[in-house]
Amino acid sequence: MTATLTAPAVAPPSAAGPRRRRRTLSPTLLAFVLVPLLVETLWVFWPALQGVYLSFTSWDGVSPAVMVGFGNYAELFSDPTFGRAFLDTVLWLVLFGGLSALGGLGMALLLLKDRRGVGFYRAALFTPVVFSLVATALIWQAIYQPDGLVNTILGALGLDSWQHSWLSDANTALYAVIVPALWRQIGYIMVLYLAGLKGIDPTLYEAATVDGASRWQQFTKITLPQLSSVNSVVLSVIIIDSLRSFDVVWALTRGGPYHSSELLSTYMYSTAFQSLRLGYASALAVVIFVLAFGVILTYLVRAFRDADA
Amino acid sequence: MSRRPKGPQAALKTGGYHLVAGGISVLWLLPILLVVVTSLRTFDDVAANGVGSLPHSFTLGNFAQAWIDGGEFQAMVNSLVVTIPAVIITLALGAISAFALSRYDLPFRRTVLLVMLAGNLLPPQILLVPVSKMAEMLGIYDTLGALIGVQIGFGLGFYTFVLYGFMRAIPSEIQQAAVIDGATPLQIFWRIILPLTRPALASLSALAFTWVFNDLLWSITVIRTDTKMPITSALLGLQGQYVSQWNVIAAGSVIAAIPTVAVFLRFQRHFVAGLALGAVK
Repeated sequence: MTATLTAPAVAPPSAAGPRRRRRTLSPTLLAFVLVPLLVETLWVFWPALQGVYLSFTSWDGVSPAVMVGFGNYAELFSDPTFGRAFLDTVLWLVLFGGLSALGGLGMALLLLKDRRGVGFYRAALFTPVVFSLVATALIWQAIYQPDGLVNTILGALGLDSWQHSWLSDANTALYAVIVPALWRQIGYIMVLYLAGLKGIDPTLYEAATVDGASRWQQFTKITLPQLSSVNSVVLSVIIIDSLRSFDVVWALTRGGPYHSSELLSTYMYSTAFQSLRLGYASALAVVIFVLAFGVILTYLVRAFRDADA
Repeated sequence: MSRRPKGPQAALKTGGYHLVAGGISVLWLLPILLVVVTSLRTFDDVAANGVGSLPHSFTLGNFAQAWIDGGEFQAMVNSLVVTIPAVIITLALGAISAFALSRYDLPFRRTVLLVMLAGNLLPPQILLVPVSKMAEMLGIYDTLGALIGVQIGFGLGFYTFVLYGFMRAIPSEIQQAAVIDGATPLQIFWRIILPLTRPALASLSALAFTWVFNDLLWSITVIRTDTKMPITSALLGLQGQYVSQWNVIAAGSVIAAIPTVAVFLRFQRHFVAGLALGAVK
């Protein structure tokens, strides 16, 4: 470390220790850190702070914003649409999140071993992941039409009474929107689990087989515990993705009919850019942020731990 | 590796496996097949027999209609004009910050890294109103430049974080030798670290291309004019313009999916590796 005076010391993770060293900071390195940080500050951190500030105002975007204190937050409690959107978001989290995790894990287990055809099966499940959610939504919108594939199949099976306008019925709209979202998400979660499953030491299973452990015991006693880090990643991905879900709902129902498929994200968007209630929309955004906060924090704690591993 | 199944029981098991896995795969591909078939049918056929029926016609005219009348050509150009610079600039910025943070013992480097990652994890909703207002103030509202800017800013934290993990794993001896030879940080970055980071950059480019190209939320937040819309929001426009003309909408969806499918097929290995890279770190 004493050999070079001008060049900053290379960081050997363990040997250096936390002792402070005198050195001149290279301007190149300073720029390497500060330029990206400034870009992100301009587009993310500064707007985020403004978003929090705006949530305490009433603003139509044209006349000056008026401070209203916690007025927007108080209004949330008496806003039935907010209640609906909140419950739908929770339902979305449970159904979309839960089913994509179970489906993804199930498919990863089914398609883990390399055997004939597995490459094709994996590709089939993964293909929707590369489509945009808008294209996905339009594909499924055609499927859900009164004369679309779902009703055609039901008719062919003699289940005419089950035929339905899936997207325009307030009782089915939300579930009809979850299906395409799942169709696209399961392949993604499968890839995460496949990577996790491949990382498990095969000798664990060999030892268990020798000890006479059943398939189920191997799954609960080896596979699941070994997957714990992937599970926490999947959990974060699911929660963050659920709270961000917007495109597929927006493209299929705009949150309707009668707010029956409204999520906090779609409600926030329409409040901001259609009702032009920018302060109230910002309060909705803050609620979404607060809901995501726990996950963001745990994700960061893990990242912090791994950052120097 | 492949052993021939021995008894009839093993054959039954293999058959059952392919029945289940194959069945699910077909189910998964069915919507894709359907949209491709619908895009090749005439309007009269769809109107007479329903969107869910087997095809009774064949035409390529829907693609021309979506491409020219539906404005998808312009939208595709817009999407590429946004996506390509956004991906290149984000990865360049991500690479330099990851380099400085991972290879040098800078003060607060872990804090900076995590703050940058935290920015990417924020729900975008909290940024929508301020970003659109800021774009107005900067005079770039309703321009592709605003879309490029926000895509760069919002994606940066994630790419920095992934590249940090990757660069951190490069042995320090290589760099020390270069330092002794008098190489500047810029030379070390360009000649040593960046070439070694190529696999991660390839994965992230494939991933970033799909993400930026497929985005809807930012484009409908900062772009208003139809002719400036990228392909995702143009597709929503098509949905409104060609109500219940499913043949045209299907053709439009197929067109919109082609670039990302092409990237996926071309960089399949990198793509899947990239997804795992970001998550299993």
